Amino acid sequence: MKKDSDAHIANATHGHTEDHSGGHVHRDDIGSKMGIWLFLFTELLLFGGMFILYASYRYIYPEDFKAAALQLDPVLGAVNTIVLLTSSLTVVLAIVALQKKNIKLCMTNLWITQFCGVIFLINKYFEWSHKIHLGVYPKGPALEELSQGQNVFFGLYYVMTGLHGLHVIVGMAFIGFIMYFIKKNYITYNNYQKLENSGLYWHLVDVIWIFLFPLFYLIH
Amino acid sequence: MSEFNPSKTEIHIENEAHAEELHLEHDEHDTGYGTYILVWLALVGLTAITVTLSGISLGSLTIITALLIATIKTVLVANYFMHVKFDTTIFKVFIFVCIIIFLTMIVLTFFDLTFRNPLI
Repeated sequence: MKKDSDAHIANATHGHTEDHSGGHVHRDDIGSKMGIWLFLFTELLLFGGMFILYASYRYIYPEDFKAAALQLDPVLGAVNTIVLLTSSLTVVLAIVALQKKNIKLCMTNLWITQFCGVIFLINKYFEWSHKIHLGVYPKGPALEELSQGQNVFFGLYYVMTGLHGLHVIVGMAFIGFIMYFIKKNYITYNNYQKLENSGLYWHLVDVIWIFLFPLFYLIH
Repeated sequence: MSEFNPSKTEIHIENEAHAEELHLEHDEHDTGYGTYILVWLALVGLTAITVTLSGISLGSLTIITALLIATIKTVLVANYFMHVKFDTTIFKVFIFVCIIIFLTMIVLTFFDLTFRNPLI
């Protein structure tokens, strides 16, 4: 365990690396990683607040939440879960590939991640547009007929999955920049902290979906 | 458990050979492609289990099992995909504190909900 951590620090991290022009470049990879983690904690509290709101309303309207959840398609939700899990795997494989200096495999994995992100958003688009077509949206004709609790459920559904979808888009843009940097050789096998940071952000988006999926699609 | 030790982390890469050596040393300890694929398989398996269980009526246990499986999945993602398992202690402490703050918020909210009368 100790050796493990040391080796991890030794490679990834901290240090003065000489660049080719002979200048001295300072790099602090531990600090960089800590920065992204602190940001992830703020994200946790952002979504956490909404999860608490969900829990409170579910406590108040248990029957309405069950009835409303039955109108969501668990198959679509499950497919999107698998898609996001796969995209998380390819990000982490991209890091290993880069460490092994296999830039081509690294880029292929990151392209698969981007592709999975697009599939996720397309699924979400069909799901939302189907619901909106049925009149189930805030102030929509079908939703006005439903009970207070079901209105709250769909309100939370749109806000939480919408904010999550926004995070998927941001994550794809983040990874897009990283891919450009890898192509330009700014990110290399011994200087990959930025790639890992984008991965950490992407995994957090995955973790949020891991909780959204059972809470919205699997209440029976 | 290793403490954060600046003297060990301060690496001067003087030349390519030295960098090469560090890289090789790192490879020995690092997780390969295989481990991550196994973790992914476990995550997909847990998703299948949670979907199957939702079809069976477990009463009040339904939400508990769903959240338990989601938590196991999160632990896997954090430890392996996010490399927390291989990180220095300080990261683990940070994450622990953050989770405790979040759980405290949930517990306090539910104290309010449970003892408030009338609810709405």
